[in-house]
Amino acid sequence: MTTYFSKDHEWIAVDGDIATVGITTYAQEQLGDVVYVELPEAGKALSQGDEAAVVESVKAASEVYAPIDGEVVEANDVLADEPAKVNEDPQGAAWFMKMTVGNADQLTALMDEAAYKAYVETL
Amino acid sequence: MADAVAESDLKQTPLYDLHVELGARMVPFAGYSMPVQYKAGIMAEHQHTRTKAGLFDVSHMGQAILIGPDHETTARALEALTPSNFVELGPGRQRYTVLLNGEGGIIDDLMVTRPVSQGDDGRLMLVVNAARKDVDYAHLREKLPENVTLQVVEDRALIAVQGPEAVAAVAAHAPKAAELDFMSAAPMEFDGIGCHIARAGYTGEDGVEMSVPAGAAEAIARALLADDRVEPIGLGARDSLRLEAGLCLYGHDIDETTSPVEGAITFCMQKRRREEGGFPGDERIQAELKDGPGRVRVGLRLDGKAPAREGAEIALPDGPVIGTVTSGGFAPTVGAPIAMGYVPADHAATGTALELIVRGRRLPAAVADTPFVPNRYYRKPKS
Repeated sequence: MTTYFSKDHEWIAVDGDIATVGITTYAQEQLGDVVYVELPEAGKALSQGDEAAVVESVKAASEVYAPIDGEVVEANDVLADEPAKVNEDPQGAAWFMKMTVGNADQLTALMDEAAYKAYVETL
Repeated sequence: MADAVAESDLKQTPLYDLHVELGARMVPFAGYSMPVQYKAGIMAEHQHTRTKAGLFDVSHMGQAILIGPDHETTARALEALTPSNFVELGPGRQRYTVLLNGEGGIIDDLMVTRPVSQGDDGRLMLVVNAARKDVDYAHLREKLPENVTLQVVEDRALIAVQGPEAVAAVAAHAPKAAELDFMSAAPMEFDGIGCHIARAGYTGEDGVEMSVPAGAAEAIARALLADDRVEPIGLGARDSLRLEAGLCLYGHDIDETTSPVEGAITFCMQKRRREEGGFPGDERIQAELKDGPGRVRVGLRLDGKAPAREGAEIALPDGPVIGTVTSGGFAPTVGAPIAMGYVPADHAATGTALELIVRGRRLPAAVADTPFVPNRYYRKPKS
């Protein structure tokens, strides 16, 4: 399994032709207390950059964009009842969705963990 | 809420360095760099204020003094611009009011205090919204009679301490604070520093707002924060606290198009003024008092967990759009999303079923009584 990172602060863990997508620890810290997560339904076709999910903190709503093309195969329903999990374990139990890898070429433009860490340092 | 201003153009309050030292996330607000939250986060800061005491830097707000020859003259001058009774405002008493435009719309909402000291006769102290300072001051200067002048106070900071333990924490340094009744104010020393302290606030909790010398603001804030009961609170929790308390945020819930009747803040209009009129927009406002306004600000509770924020449309169930949300978000103490917005008066009854449209989805909601969390203002026992 290989994990990639986007400039929009998402992580994409690819296992075969399925990618698990969530938001990074940095994103979670910037958002603050998460109170609601709206996730896409299974079967939804997404193109890279489409609005895939919405994460709401006390203060504001923020969009989460599809990091690659693909079809949603599963959303993490746990987040509906326990949105605060996004603050507690953003890069683990609080994954947002699993999707197919529609275009593997798009993965090469994403960052690895070291590159993402360096990117966050510049912010 | 954030203004598009370069970081370098932002003003700083006397507590700026302390905010940064405390790990605040600073954001632009009304031309100032202000703390939106500290390390604890909005949720924890909100809960701390409801259970213990929170310290808020509100130095960005405008402090000013109206100065006239005697109380009656100054009070009448302000009455000509507002629908409140200031002639009968007692020494040391504070009152919430609104500056009105000629159409009865709200230029700003503000707090007015009559100083307790006889030596200050003819003075009224104002606290106005940061974003409306320039507009308010220009309006006042244009409209005030020649014998009443506006003096803007530039050398004082404003610190709010709010929560069930706030007054005890302040009284440890300024014992006279404990003697104040809700909506009253007095000059007093805080560890020997001359302050003016009012028992009021913007959270629905007991607490004070302290006008303090700018140069002493940091020492006063540090003295309060050294108390285990007191934590620093940012603008994020200030907003969620006032929303739960059902209090308006100028520029969002009330503005130049809304009257005090539509805004459901008629408590700022005392009986004599309602009957006599004599304020800008009195024809509209008195007609709205008599016949009811066309639209009115109401509280809204959502059934689900998704918040509806400012700008969300309010609709009848499976029906047309009838209004707009003016403030909304997750309410930490309620534990659910809440909102405020304007609806036609015939759909404003508590319990009326409505829908709030968020990202194209219709979320079930209902008109709710405000405050969403019971006020805990201190009322002095009658002796």
